[in-house]
Amino acid sequence: MRRIPLVAVAAAASIVLAGCGEDDGDGSQAGASNEVEVFTWWSEGGEKAGLDGLVQVFEQQYPDQTFVNGVVAGGAGSNAKNVLASRLEQGDPPSTFQGHAGGELRDYIAQEQIQDVGHLYEEEGWNDVFPEEVVSLLTEDDAIYSVPANIHRANVVWANPHVLKNAGVSQPPDSIDAWLEDLQALQDNGVKAPLAVATDWTQVHLFETVLIADLGPEAYNGLWTGETAWDSAEVTRAIEDYAALMEFTNGDRAGLDWPDSNQYMISGRAAYTVMGDWSYAGFEEAKLKPQKEYIWFPVPGTDGVFDFLADSFTLPVDAPNAEGTENWLRTVGSAEGQEAFNTKKGSIPVRTDADPQAYGEYQQEAMQDWQSDTIVPSLAHGAAAPLGWLEEITSAIGEFSSSKDTGKLQEALVAAAETYTGSG
Amino acid sequence: MKHGIRHWGPGLLMILPSIGLVGLFVYGLIGWNISISLSDEHGSIPVDTSGIDNYTSLLQEQRFQDSLENLATFTIVFLVGTLFFGLMWALLLERGLRGEGFFRSMYLFPMAVSFIASGVVWRWLLNASEGDDATGLNRLFSTIGLSGLENPWYSDPGWGMAAMAMPAVWQLSGYVMALFLAGLRSIPDELREAARIDGASEFRLYRHVIFPQLSPAALSALVIIGHMSLKVFDLIMAISGEARITEVPAVYLWGMTTIGDDAKAATIATILLLVVAVVVIPYLIFTSRWERR
Repeated sequence: MRRIPLVAVAAAASIVLAGCGEDDGDGSQAGASNEVEVFTWWSEGGEKAGLDGLVQVFEQQYPDQTFVNGVVAGGAGSNAKNVLASRLEQGDPPSTFQGHAGGELRDYIAQEQIQDVGHLYEEEGWNDVFPEEVVSLLTEDDAIYSVPANIHRANVVWANPHVLKNAGVSQPPDSIDAWLEDLQALQDNGVKAPLAVATDWTQVHLFETVLIADLGPEAYNGLWTGETAWDSAEVTRAIEDYAALMEFTNGDRAGLDWPDSNQYMISGRAAYTVMGDWSYAGFEEAKLKPQKEYIWFPVPGTDGVFDFLADSFTLPVDAPNAEGTENWLRTVGSAEGQEAFNTKKGSIPVRTDADPQAYGEYQQEAMQDWQSDTIVPSLAHGAAAPLGWLEEITSAIGEFSSSKDTGKLQEALVAAAETYTGSG
Repeated sequence: MKHGIRHWGPGLLMILPSIGLVGLFVYGLIGWNISISLSDEHGSIPVDTSGIDNYTSLLQEQRFQDSLENLATFTIVFLVGTLFFGLMWALLLERGLRGEGFFRSMYLFPMAVSFIASGVVWRWLLNASEGDDATGLNRLFSTIGLSGLENPWYSDPGWGMAAMAMPAVWQLSGYVMALFLAGLRSIPDELREAARIDGASEFRLYRHVIFPQLSPAALSALVIIGHMSLKVFDLIMAISGEARITEVPAVYLWGMTTIGDDAKAATIATILLLVVAVVVIPYLIFTSRWERR
């Protein structure tokens, strides 16, 4: 009887040890030499369609490479960013991953997790076809760290023409004040919450467009460099305008995401929603008719300004199959790749030599604006400020959504700016 | 010396693997977490606090205080709700209801559903729209003519977290009922009979005989529900996601790891551990004394 426990212990211990040993082989799943694992959070809708289009071109251009879809769905990318962060930390990066140009990319550069791909720009002649504003957001100390795939516009109002017509609103407003009057008219006409918004980050999205409208592009850019003070009277005015706009929004915003607020506008529960032009891909996919079922115009007061963000692909340090990654990046930057991707995703191509005829009605207009407008980086989508700063602003805006305390919001914004620029 | 190594050796050998594993993966990692929380590993965030400053600056933060307040509201409603319903159902079932097995399973079943799955459904049930646009519970209220009861649920700045606790109460009340039912069944009939012979009314019977016997079950329920509530994350992520209005420390922690502020995330984790420990450790001491008796 005495012996039995000992034998059992020995057996159990050997099982445990064997179990531990097996884990050592981990991390080699992407080891096969011709597999390119592309890490994104494009799992559905226009985003997935765009990625599929890009993959098709990639497989034609580089038939000896195999595309592996490393998609992580959910949370507007925040789930994916967590997975990515832990993989990078463990030294198990994907072949390439998606990152917004600008502040978001800077974090990876600072932690030496991605490599210079400047040589691809020279080989492929991209310096001549990619606009400088975009490339400068990808550049740090003369090294270029990623290849842009598309350009999105954030300062777009999407509106329901029937609702506007019923309330007698015929012209797109040209300033925030005029917009507030229209919103009042709509509310008097029975549209209880004429401006649809969703959860915290979509409110930041709205707030950033109000900042651009009230400060103008130059002072808005200065917010991120410390040249424009966050405790200035202009910012106070923008916060007040934002507060006034929020009075016309839906009370159930905390429980919604951007497709829901778009749906509020389409169904006529709301007249307007402010969202980036990935909305267009959604409307197209739902077979809605532009001009009849929805219209668009720049956020009032931001006409002539293009509030942009760009998705780009990177070459991580120690990427498995770096040659395959470089081939993927070549496809992303190629004219065919950009067309296959952007015609489906609702965005416009980064290449200035693209043919507008291949694109939809909204996109053709956006391509024209891109050429003529003043370009500013988006806050809510990681182009203007580092992720940590964005997180603090998002939290302050979320707090404002329930407290409605403009003074407190400005204080929080000033405090965040002090941390990140060293000045108010 | 007869009872030397042969006496305690096999026993020790038996538990050695688990001591090793628990030591490494629980206490070792707790230690590692604490050491990160005292470091200046803030990623690319331009903050250079380290050591105890990480704790003081976090505790002074409005956002963290709000998250603790949210957690407190959630926990109180969750505890009171589950204990109330659990005790009520247990008392009803204990009185020898017909079809007791059916009701017992019915009340217990919600526990089998994960917080994520029920959260997705409750997200819709607790939709804040009112009037013609209402869906979920608000729709139900307006359909049956009780539109006065429509409310913004978790979108309400003051009592939102109380609404957030509703799904949790729904899920765990059956479990608390099972705990109480087991407690009630372990009370010998002689005690009741003795009390009745002494002329105790039904109320006094419960007040002075039954309830005192239930206190171990109540304490277990309190601690189990309490520590679940303090760690809540999945339910809130499923219902409202990352929204400031319903933020609790665990969700805040997650946000900090997303932006790479490891030191701050570890600080929040340590505080959360301490808060849970305040609930769990007295319970462990109490039960070990109880068992020794």
